[in-house]
Amino acid sequence: MKTEVSNPGIEKRKSKLPFKSGALQQILAFSSLIVLILFFSITSRNFMEFSNIMNILLSTSVIGILALGTTLVIITGGIDLSIGTAMTLCSVMTGVFITFLGLPIPIGILLGILSGGLSGFLVGSAVAKMKIPPFIATLAMMMIAAGLALVISGTRPIYFSDTPAFTQVALGSIIPGIEIPNAVLIFFLMATIGYIILNKTVIGRYTFSIGSNEESTRLSGVNVNRWKIIIYSIAGLFTGVAGVVMAARLNSAQPALGMGYELEAIAAVVIGGTSLSGGKGTMVGTVIGALIMSVLTNGLRILSVPQEWQDVVIGIVVIFAVYADILRRRNT
Amino acid sequence: MKKLFVTLFGLFFVTAVLVACGEDEAGSSNGDSEGGGDSDKPYIAVVSKGFQHQFWQAVNRGAEQAAEEFDVEITFEGPESESQVDKQIEMLRSALDKDPDAIGFAALDSKAATPLLEEAESEEIPVIAFDSGVDSDIPLTTASTNNKAAAAAAADHMAELIGGEGKVALVVHDQTSVTGVDRRDGFLEQMESEYPDIEIVDVQYGGGDHLKSTDLAKTMMQAHPDLDGIFGSNEGSAIGVVNAVKEMGAEGDITIVGFDSGKAQIDAIKDGTMAGAITQNPVGIGYETVKAAVQAINGKELPEVVDTGYYWYDQENIDDEEIQEVIYE
Repeated sequence: MKTEVSNPGIEKRKSKLPFKSGALQQILAFSSLIVLILFFSITSRNFMEFSNIMNILLSTSVIGILALGTTLVIITGGIDLSIGTAMTLCSVMTGVFITFLGLPIPIGILLGILSGGLSGFLVGSAVAKMKIPPFIATLAMMMIAAGLALVISGTRPIYFSDTPAFTQVALGSIIPGIEIPNAVLIFFLMATIGYIILNKTVIGRYTFSIGSNEESTRLSGVNVNRWKIIIYSIAGLFTGVAGVVMAARLNSAQPALGMGYELEAIAAVVIGGTSLSGGKGTMVGTVIGALIMSVLTNGLRILSVPQEWQDVVIGIVVIFAVYADILRRRNT
Repeated sequence: MKKLFVTLFGLFFVTAVLVACGEDEAGSSNGDSEGGGDSDKPYIAVVSKGFQHQFWQAVNRGAEQAAEEFDVEITFEGPESESQVDKQIEMLRSALDKDPDAIGFAALDSKAATPLLEEAESEEIPVIAFDSGVDSDIPLTTASTNNKAAAAAAADHMAELIGGEGKVALVVHDQTSVTGVDRRDGFLEQMESEYPDIEIVDVQYGGGDHLKSTDLAKTMMQAHPDLDGIFGSNEGSAIGVVNAVKEMGAEGDITIVGFDSGKAQIDAIKDGTMAGAITQNPVGIGYETVKAAVQAINGKELPEVVDTGYYWYDQENIDDEEIQEVIYE
């Protein structure tokens, strides 16, 4: 705390960020989401049904949780390409703990999430201590995790057939009466946790501070390396949660999946207004970004738009989101 | 802190490498053992796209059956994963060095194998392609599943199950691979020519990704509430459809026809969520490859393609020996 007070420059910048300049992009993203929802509601009578809204939220959950974790990393000015396959590795580890080792479900889930934390810790250490650029360090971890997921599972899916309760983690509903799948609740819970970490804790303050100006953060006496490792580890824990949710939803750990999920998550973060150059971003924006992606995919599918065009449209949305970000920065 | 981290990283890698090596030995131990044709029997070297996976084990069984029947000696080997192009080329290299009487080959990368195949041709060693085949003129024939015919059979079963009329959608694994295109077109063409009362309402692609296929099948059901059936064109797609129907609580309302096998698909057929599925005949692929190689050695003419057949399996015949032989968990 002392260090921050002694450096009013940083203090001033970051306190401003989540509210002022972030707000415009958030409003932009939020209004795009509303426009999309309105458009699809008018063009398709099946879009605005409760069951379809649940479909959209459920299909957002895995990518959304990944995106929340990686928002932290991106705000530090880093990038994490390992989250897709690391998520798969966490699914596989959960399978190993629950199905192979027969551990109780809660312990298996906890250890599965912690595997994500470990993977994040390793990546963070490589970035902070070995000074490997995040792009390379996480690219390496992406390959390592993809390989290990196959090695550990013996290239075969691990099923949770002996523990039927496990699938309830994603598909059950703890709120009686309302059929909101737990995966959706977990997504919102993680979003809340992410919001608190980013906006109410010292971790969040250093996340912004490192992303705005790493050097001056270091000069003001902050142990940047340690905080980076902590931030990557937290992102890893989010990855672990995504892995568990995915395994529970598929009732199996599929070792060959995951490649490419990181890019969808990063796209969601960017659409939500987090700047890839670091220092700016919000959790709410990421939630909206992830929702925009899945509303688009869902809506286009309902309209039976061919897959090829769905990808084209999402690509265009990403371009506009980043362009809006650039315009915003030019103005400030 | 630094020490702890170095130790952790070290441990992580050592474990990974150890585990990987263990797997490696298990994978390739079978391969080179037999040496080459010392005995009088003709020797056929079979280089496949894989070895450990149950599919390839079944191909291996079929090859051995034929070897016994036609009294030839074979070796069967393949890399651990379908991305190890270099390893497969090495295997083909050493197979050629053993001076076999014929070679059976399923290319991971046809172009990478071209020089070796040309060498085989110049040494007058007949090459028989199998499974996805080899993109080249050199192989005398290709023993593989006719995916179009197999998907047409899936369409026939779907039509029968939904009573010859209604709305059907497809979840296909991809729009560019040969299997994806053939299975899609085989299904669509059969529906169009034989079942005019069945409407195909949507075709979408999930990359064979279980999660994406689940989401898109759910969206299809949302867009077409009166959907009667969905065809999933491979294991991932079919399981996606099963998940979707379960998540929507529509078991029984939607007829699911799948393709390939795997534990989840077998379970879904047993519990009735999935009506049935088409499986390739891996045993037949291995058998026909060796049989064609023997015919080539004896100088017989071969057709361009040998159809290795397929099976339809459902709740009724899933426990038959014939089916158990070709499906795997």
